[in-house]
Amino acid sequence: MTSKTLKVTIPSDREIMMIRVFDAPRALVFEALTKPALLKRWFLGPPGWTLAVCDIDLRVGGAYRYVWRGEKGEMGMGGIFKEIAAPERIVATEAFDQGWYPGNNAVVTQTLSEQGGKTTLSLRVMYESKDARDAVLKSPMESGVAASYDRLSEFLATQTGL
Amino acid sequence: MTPASRLDTTFAALADPTRRAILARLASGEASVLELAEPFAMSQPAISKHLKVLERAGLISRGRDGQRRPCRIEAQPLEEATGWLEEYRKFWEGRFQRLDVLLDELKGEAQALSLALRRLGP
Repeated sequence: MTSKTLKVTIPSDREIMMIRVFDAPRALVFEALTKPALLKRWFLGPPGWTLAVCDIDLRVGGAYRYVWRGEKGEMGMGGIFKEIAAPERIVATEAFDQGWYPGNNAVVTQTLSEQGGKTTLSLRVMYESKDARDAVLKSPMESGVAASYDRLSEFLATQTGL
Repeated sequence: MTPASRLDTTFAALADPTRRAILARLASGEASVLELAEPFAMSQPAISKHLKVLERAGLISRGRDGQRRPCRIEAQPLEEATGWLEEYRKFWEGRFQRLDVLLDELKGEAQALSLALRRLGP
């Protein structure tokens, strides 16, 4: 698999799975996923929104917390690390401050594998119910930040060149 | 059915691998229950059960051709469902493209650092 294109699938009733290849060694991708100073440079929302708070206590039982801030408000989420096997696997819980989908609790498993200097990230999110999974799937903009659909589309257009 | 609940029914119908395989088969043309049952190690009643779920989700329709009642794929609900997946995909792809840029920068920094260290070396 050499294509960088993100693949999104629904392997079961309660899951969303994403697979993406990055042109960088695994150790570097792991850093970008776990170091606050680096996350603040890419894990953003629409234009104008920043990842204002990014606290990560990278150990089993440790907590992480993200807060995005924009003109129209803020949005926070966080969870607890369940499993850490650097640089290949992280399992953590995930909940949003403003619980906007049923249950508001998910388990995220990130797996990194390296081949020929390229890294494949597999991100599997398990929700408590099918209703929760579907709500997330239907609201990509809410899972990022509470921005209007129009602004998101605009943003996506600039990102994807569509 | 509201658009949202119809989408729920579509996602539920698509969550099963056998039903996805049936849809993949029907994408290449209509088929009877007997023809559909053949490649799967499943009884006709088991296949019929899956077909009912797909029919209720509006993903397939059944012909009136006597006993054969051929199944054919209905494109619209499938397009709606993949539309949502595509929106979700685009949102994350935007983020990951920024990660690409960051990783390139980090690789550049690492190279510059190792070059500088080599120059400082004996």
